[in-house]
Parts: sequence; C-alpha cells; structure tokens
Amino acid sequence: MSEQSVKDIEKINTLNTEQIVKYRNVTKSFGDFHVLKGINLDIYSGEKVAIIGPSGSGKTTIIRMLMTLEEPTSGDIIVDGKNLWKMKRNGTSIPANEKHISELRGNIGMVFQHFNLFPHMTILENCMVAPIHVKKEDKKEVQERSIQMLERVGLGNKLNFYPSQLSGGQKQRVAMARALVMRPKIMLFDEVTSALDPELVGEVLEVIRDIAHNDDMAMILVTHEMDFALDVADKVLFLDQGVIIEQGTASEVLEHSKNERVQAFLRRFRKI
Amino acid sequence: MGYVLKKSIDIFNVKLSKRENSHSGLYGQRKYKLLKSLLQSISRYNQVTIVYSSTSRKGMVNISTAIEMIPQLTRGLAVTISVLIASAFIAYIVAFIAGLSKISKSILLRKFTGVYVEVFRGTSLIVQLFWLYYAIPMLFNIQLGSNWWIGVIAIGLNYGSYMSEVVRGSILAVDKGQIEASIALNMTRYQRMRLVILPQAIRMMIPDFGNYTIQIMKATSLVSLIGMRDILYYGDIMRSSNLSQAPLIYVVVLLMYFILALPFVWLTRKGESIAKKGVASQ
Repeated sequence: MSEQSVKDIEKINTLNTEQIVKYRNVTKSFGDFHVLKGINLDIYSGEKVAIIGPSGSGKTTIIRMLMTLEEPTSGDIIVDGKNLWKMKRNGTSIPANEKHISELRGNIGMVFQHFNLFPHMTILENCMVAPIHVKKEDKKEVQERSIQMLERVGLGNKLNFYPSQLSGGQKQRVAMARALVMRPKIMLFDEVTSALDPELVGEVLEVIRDIAHNDDMAMILVTHEMDFALDVADKVLFLDQGVIIEQGTASEVLEHSKNERVQAFLRRFRKI
Repeated sequence: MGYVLKKSIDIFNVKLSKRENSHSGLYGQRKYKLLKSLLQSISRYNQVTIVYSSTSRKGMVNISTAIEMIPQLTRGLAVTISVLIASAFIAYIVAFIAGLSKISKSILLRKFTGVYVEVFRGTSLIVQLFWLYYAIPMLFNIQLGSNWWIGVIAIGLNYGSYMSEVVRGSILAVDKGQIEASIALNMTRYQRMRLVILPQAIRMMIPDFGNYTIQIMKATSLVSLIGMRDILYYGDIMRSSNLSQAPLIYVVVLLMYFILALPFVWLTRKGESIAKKGVASQ
C-alpha cells in the first residue's frame, strides 16, 4: 500500500462518521435523455469529495439537485437526516413545499462555473446581502465577517469594487467568500475553474485548498483538475453516462484504478 | 365653443370670396359686418384675441407674431403637463402590475393580463378615449370622473399595456445564473425578485421607459378631443380664429411639445449610461 493511500485512510478515520448527505437511487431525465441512472452516494460531514468524469456524464446535475436547482426524477436525497424533495404530511409522503426546501437549503452553499455575482452590488454587498436578508443577522456583525472573508480570499483592498471591475479569478474568489459568509455545512463547487484563463486558475485553486484544509464543512467538487483532486479530495467518484463507475480514495481512483474506462479517461487527460 | 367659432369663420371666408367674384357688394358688405360683430362677441366670450384674416394675410411668418402666440398656448401647459405626469405614473404602475402578472404562476392571472394587454395594445387610443368618455357612462351609468381623469386613465391604461411587455421582457432577460445564485443563497421568491432580479431588470427598462414617456407626452394632445384645454386645444382655437396663421401656429405648438420632450430625451440618455453599468453579467 502506497504512502499516499495510508494517508488517505488515516484521513477518513478521523472524519466524523455522521452522513450529512445521502443519495438513494436518484435518477434524473430531461425528456428521453437519462442523465443520471440510479445514484447512490454517502457524504460524511467534513468530507471532501471530488466528482470527475467525461463531459455530459451528469456530474453537474448531481450537485445541482442537491442545491435544489433541479428536481430529481425519482429517488431520495437526504440532507442532515431529512428528505430534501419530499415531506411527510398525515403519514404520507408529498412533494416538499418551499418552506421545507428552504430550511434544508440553508445548509448548502454553491460556487458556480460562471461566478454569478450580482453585478449591481459591490463585492462587499454581494457578500452581505444574503446573511442580512435571508438569515436576518446583525448588519454590523455581517459586515465585519464579510470583510474578514474577503481579506481571506485576498480581496480586502477591493471591497467597494463592482464585479465588472474584477478579473475572472477575482470574481470567483468573491463568489467563494459570498458562499462562505453563509456558513454552510456543505459547499458545492461546480467546475469553478473552467471559465477562467489558465493563468488565473492557480489563485482560485489556492483558495479552495485553504478552505479544504482549514474549514470543517463537507465539500463536493466537480472538477477537471486531476492533480488538484488528488491533493484535496478524501474521496473521488468517477461518473460515466449517468452511473458512478468507481469510487474510492483519491489515489485509488486516480492512480491505481483497474477500471478500463477510468484508465482511458485519465490517459486522454494526461495526453493533453 | 371652438367648433362654433371655426364654422362661422368658414362661412365668413366663403362669403368673402363670393363677394369678390360676383360683385354682389352690398349684400356681402352687410354680411361681413354681421359676422364681424358675431366673431367679436364670441372672441370676448372665449377670451381669445382674434386677428382678422384680411389684415394678417400680409405678414405671414413673423417672429413677433409667433412670440405673441406663446402666452396664448402656455395657458394649456398646465393641463398638458398634469395629464402627462398623471398618465405616465399610472402607465408605470400598470406596466409593473401587468408585467409581473404575466410571469406569475397563476394561469388565470396570466390569461386575464394577456387579454388586457392585447385589447389595449390592439385598438386605437382615440377610440379608447371616446369609449371611456361617451360609451361607458351611457352603457353602465358610471361616471369615471372629470374628463381630466378619463384622459389620464385612457392614456395610462393604453401605454401601461405596451410597457408591461417591456417589464416582462426585461425580467426574463436577466441572466438565469443570477436566479440560481440567489437560490443558492437561500433567498425566497420575493427576495430574489426584489434584491436581485428587479434591480437589474429596471436598469434594462430605463431606455424603453424613457421612449414611452416621450410618446405619452405626445399622446396627451388627444385629450383636446374630449374638451380638455391643453396646448393643442388653444392652438386649435387660435387657428380657427385666424386660418391663414395655421402654419405658424402649429409650428409653435410643435416647438412647445418638442421643448417639453427635451428633459425626457436627456433623462433617457442619462439612464442608458447608468443602465450599461450595472447589468453586463460575467
């Protein structure tokens, strides 16, 4: 057993054993196109999970369903012990209403491929708007926390800039600060470096690495950065055509996979 | 009253030319005096200064005559501006209500708003104005209020229907990622609309709203048809008392509308440059 995998096992052993997210037989279809065909997945609190796989394999859809941006066609997603898309009323299970979803959604934060910062607000306002209006927190306290967070991602000197005045890498770091200020238990990263110029990727990955090592929230990263996944992730899933083909520690999947499809994918990747 | 005045002048002109052609001098002369005194009494009643056509034909376009017209026309300014402000205000409110209803979840609300928009957009504003003024009181025995209110309501509803499409279009044009980001921050539907979508949509609406406001300003001239004394009404009065001055009178009227539009043209330009700043996403 390699040194890396011993390290990975130690990492897993120190994790909290409570599952914060469970996927049970989750499927998703867009018309006749079956994006996901029965996903089963456990994510423990504090666990860092990377999802890799060819494009169109449904990676993004997995996390979009957890963020309640897409509704699963069938199956259950359990967040913090409660079913995300269904609720019980008079003993029967019915589709969840907005209030139920919103309660669970408060545990989850997301960073998008295209940043999606609010262009009409300064970056400080971008960070402050949700804690103040959604969580009804004290404005002064939120402001302090937002400034701290923006300093942490290296933008403490640009508080009153508008998103249009920033580079892609800076925008993505603001997006991360905005999500972190909400103190989620689970953070989702949807190909956060794919829309960036190559020279800006490093600064964004550096921030994610910092969050992964210092914060105890669970993280799910959909990514094409294999080396980064190897470095940060406790667990790696390989997804192909809507099915999880292989999952295990980062080194198991990325370095010692026996699966042909995984090997072919990684070979293609390394060639580039 | 304007109608009577206009008619009498028509008769006056016809008779005048007949006299010149047919040499029936005495008859025409007497008729001329009679009409002149009639016109004088009418003009006193209307407080309109009548410049007789026989004298004014000599100096057709004359700056000082044009300047003399301005005080006459400005008496209609209060009506034009008050109708403009009130109907623009109603149009904005109606536009937002109808625009938001068109994208609401309720099918009934969407259909109802759709009918309203199509009816008011698809028929003539003048006919709508006459409907509210003449037909509705007869049919339903409802008095909608003074003719000021009827003018304001007709123009407001008509332009509200056009502008509701601007509101709807702008809201739908806000980048989908903005909605996703606000869902990810756990905002409610209402918060998403108020904090994220509308502030961006309104920036996109500004240029179109500016253009429609200028159009509303011009549409206010239609209230002269239901007896409101606005700028055009006084222009008509002056023309009917002084036919040969018609070109000059209407040039001055057009200039007044043009000057009224200038602040809105300026505001729209200003708005466009503001709008460019806050929207461009990514």
